[in-house]
Amino acid sequence: MSPLILAYVAVAGALLSGVVALAADRFPAALRAGSFSILGIAGVTAVAAGGWALLTGTRTTAQLPFGLPWLNWHLRLDPLSGFFMAIVGIAVIAVSLYGPGYVREYERDRHAHQATPDASEPQARNSLAALGLFTGIFVAGMLAVLLADDAFVFMIAWELMSVSSYLLVAYQHDNPANRHAAFLYLLLAEIGALVILLAFGVLAGFGGNFTFDAMRAAHLSPAWASLAFVLALFGFGMKAGMVPLHVWLPEAHPAAPSHISALMSGVMLKVAIYGLIRFVFDLLGHPQWSWGLTTLAIGTATAVLGVLYALMQNDLKRLLAYSSVENIGIILMGLGLGMIFIGTGHPVLGAVALLAALYHSLNHAVFKTLLFLGAGAVLYRTHERDLDRLGGLIRRMPVTAFFMLIGCFSIAALPPFNGFVSEWLTLQAALQVPALSSGVLRSIIPIAAALLALTTALAAATFVKVYGVAFLGQPRTRHVAHAREVGLGMRAGMGLLALLCVVLGVVPTLVIRLISPITQGLLHLSPAGATVRGWLWLTPVSPHVASYSAPLVVAAMAFTFLAGYLLLHRRARSARRSDPWDCGFGGLNARMQYTSTAFAQPIRRVFAPVWQIDEHVDKVQTSAARYTSMRHHLHVADWSWSAVYLPIGRLVLAAARRVGRIQTGSIRIYLAYSFFTLLLLLWLIT
Amino acid sequence: MADNLNGWLWAALQTLLFIGGAPLLAGWIKRLKCHLQNRAAPSLLQPYRDLAKLFAKDLVLAHDASWIFRVTPYVVFGAMLLAAAVVPLVAIPLPTAAIADVIVLVGFFALARFFQALAGMDIGTAFGGMGASREMTVASLAEPAMLMAIFTLTMTASTTNLSVAIQYILNAGLVLRPSFLFALLSLAMVAVAETGRIPIDNPATHLELTMLHEATVLEYGARHLALIDWAGMIKLMIYAVLISNIFLPWGIARHLTLPGLALGTVAVTAKLALLAVLLALWETVLAKMRLFRVPQFLGFAFVLSLLGILTHVILESAL
Repeated sequence: MSPLILAYVAVAGALLSGVVALAADRFPAALRAGSFSILGIAGVTAVAAGGWALLTGTRTTAQLPFGLPWLNWHLRLDPLSGFFMAIVGIAVIAVSLYGPGYVREYERDRHAHQATPDASEPQARNSLAALGLFTGIFVAGMLAVLLADDAFVFMIAWELMSVSSYLLVAYQHDNPANRHAAFLYLLLAEIGALVILLAFGVLAGFGGNFTFDAMRAAHLSPAWASLAFVLALFGFGMKAGMVPLHVWLPEAHPAAPSHISALMSGVMLKVAIYGLIRFVFDLLGHPQWSWGLTTLAIGTATAVLGVLYALMQNDLKRLLAYSSVENIGIILMGLGLGMIFIGTGHPVLGAVALLAALYHSLNHAVFKTLLFLGAGAVLYRTHERDLDRLGGLIRRMPVTAFFMLIGCFSIAALPPFNGFVSEWLTLQAALQVPALSSGVLRSIIPIAAALLALTTALAAATFVKVYGVAFLGQPRTRHVAHAREVGLGMRAGMGLLALLCVVLGVVPTLVIRLISPITQGLLHLSPAGATVRGWLWLTPVSPHVASYSAPLVVAAMAFTFLAGYLLLHRRARSARRSDPWDCGFGGLNARMQYTSTAFAQPIRRVFAPVWQIDEHVDKVQTSAARYTSMRHHLHVADWSWSAVYLPIGRLVLAAARRVGRIQTGSIRIYLAYSFFTLLLLLWLIT
Repeated sequence: MADNLNGWLWAALQTLLFIGGAPLLAGWIKRLKCHLQNRAAPSLLQPYRDLAKLFAKDLVLAHDASWIFRVTPYVVFGAMLLAAAVVPLVAIPLPTAAIADVIVLVGFFALARFFQALAGMDIGTAFGGMGASREMTVASLAEPAMLMAIFTLTMTASTTNLSVAIQYILNAGLVLRPSFLFALLSLAMVAVAETGRIPIDNPATHLELTMLHEATVLEYGARHLALIDWAGMIKLMIYAVLISNIFLPWGIARHLTLPGLALGTVAVTAKLALLAVLLALWETVLAKMRLFRVPQFLGFAFVLSLLGILTHVILESAL
């Protein structure tokens, strides 16, 4: 028995859950009861396998007699892949608790359609079997990527993950917007995969072999290594949602069913991050500081632009997708800092930065999965994703609202929740710049750190907006006012993640101790200073430089509440209820509340050049002083679309038109082409 | 261990002094402003009386107020209490200073602000949402500037722990660092914005449309309002103490001895009283800005702290 065997079980379980789901079109219970419980077991096994590899710090390798004749499947489970496997497992467990309740939505749809036989394609719509099958393949693909120890297995697993998630994005394909999103996703995912293949190709060219061991042993000249790095950054960055390669992400993630959005945003992006870490820190080995600077710059841009775009969204799931872009930016900043420190000969500080990035990967997986599941719960009960049509859900769905609140705290990086710890670690890593000798780096890194602070503050604004508009205040539409709480399974899925948000925030030292075997494996050292003063104090560099004690923060908060309860609340008479302040005019209604658009307006004005804003007011005027109607139009668009993608699209079209000229449609001319090509080739050979 | 316990006891005492003294500072500023503006000044103890009055009142809540609204005052007060426990007021060697460094301190402020903005939106009135939106906007511009100012200090002292940083500055003696001047100016501007003073926000306004901070607490009354007001006074005092003890740490007790602590108390009182005079003058001379001028104000603060960093890298790295 070894952790690798457990990992096989997890992959097989995920595949099996897909197979079981094939019966779901006939017996919907097969998906709800069968497929999801097997998926849950696969998730538990994945956590066990990953945890085992992390706790023991061992690496296990194996060769399976599959694949190409000269290249068997090489598999390996080490602390790094174990860590990411645990991340996938956690999200999968939560989703398998949540899923059975959530997919009832699609069952209901199906019945509604079967009742009306004139609907165009009732069988093709929302096939539960397809949903379950592709979910299983998707999870199995992600787990297999983490296990791969040669480029061949890696690419096959990577493609399994990409294509199955494409099919999941296209799941509700009756909506043209979803088809478009899915196509865009597939296109960019395939371009990314090709670039990753090229990156592996560079390494394999020097290593002589497609196994990762050969690639590790390869000696590359700095220029070739830089080329491989750029290709890897582009390829994995495409999948992770790095600006400006992120455009597919806010289209594709919201289009999938919510529990799949949660897996895509929470976990699949982390698999891309895993790929980047594996490639740069393990396969390439010695990162150069210039790579770090590139990654840091791109990460900073990704974080700031991601959060600014998120802030402008009114669609809850789109907003969460953009916020994933932001968090990927923060993770990239940590990785970039790590490369800078390692590249300039400060591996201990590099380890701190790398730990910060890993910790943030874990945290983001937990809270983003939670938030997407919460958004799914809201969607399930209200059929609304538009924030400006929600409101007051804290009274209608109290448990979902509570878990969402914890998710919002975590993502807004508030102490003592988990998002804060990893951003604090990233900032601490950035603050160690006096160790560097280059004046340029010493002045650039603090600016990046200040932009990280800006990102954090804007993320707080974003999630005040989300929570305040959707869950607080008064309901803005009637069906939102009559929403009900979701079922036990869905609540359990969210509750598990909310609990993890708190635990990961309150005992960071234990988590750091748990994940330090990763740096041990990659850099052959672990930041021993981080936990030197025991579990109570987190001291990333040394106790003198900085320390943070989340348990004591919690204790002080509890003390305040206890004192407030004893001294104030218990003694006082119970509160009287009354109308809120309405300036004496009376008649406040739900339409007078601040909307999501209104909330974001000051920031939209301050950072106006960041977006492509189309805003105007149409007035219909009957006389000089009277308007009969006014309409406010606002469209906020992503610059990268029109600045990067449309020109490329036009270029491709123009080139195609040029090339198209040689196609005359006449067979004689085509034969002549063949003849002359043949002549040319013969001449070349001789 | 006994020594350790002693330290925690002193830290608790100092925190009590901090939160007990905060209304006094607020009263002193109010009194100075009244004198400067030719108005009859209230007693120095007026803030205590206001708080006592509010604590004694019965609570009235809006119909739609959820539990978030009721929890917020305690969270806000708790966050400020924690922040006050971390900042060295009269003595450096405090065990509590290790709970949180300056960045966590900023995190405590963010926690309080987040809850306050949520509470503003909880009732579902336009003013609450407006206040929340503006408050979060101003904060998101102030935070990077504040962090840059802090970075300038921490790059010199190579720590973000406040006690250690102040110790370092005391040990280094009187060295004129241009970067510190920039950081001081920047931090002062951020402090003005974060504590809701003129020219960003008018703490004494009665017009709902011009409110920033006040709009989010419009629906609060009785003990809830008392806690929030008190927390606001503590926040003002924290910023004042940060500015005076980081940039002019002289007089602060290095060891926990009685004469040292007495001297520390006197020194910090004098520094705060003087800083209050400056704040009162500043608030009397300036008028409140339009909301969309605030980004320029805070942008200037950011540029100042950026200059601080650059001067540190260029001029002082040899020191």
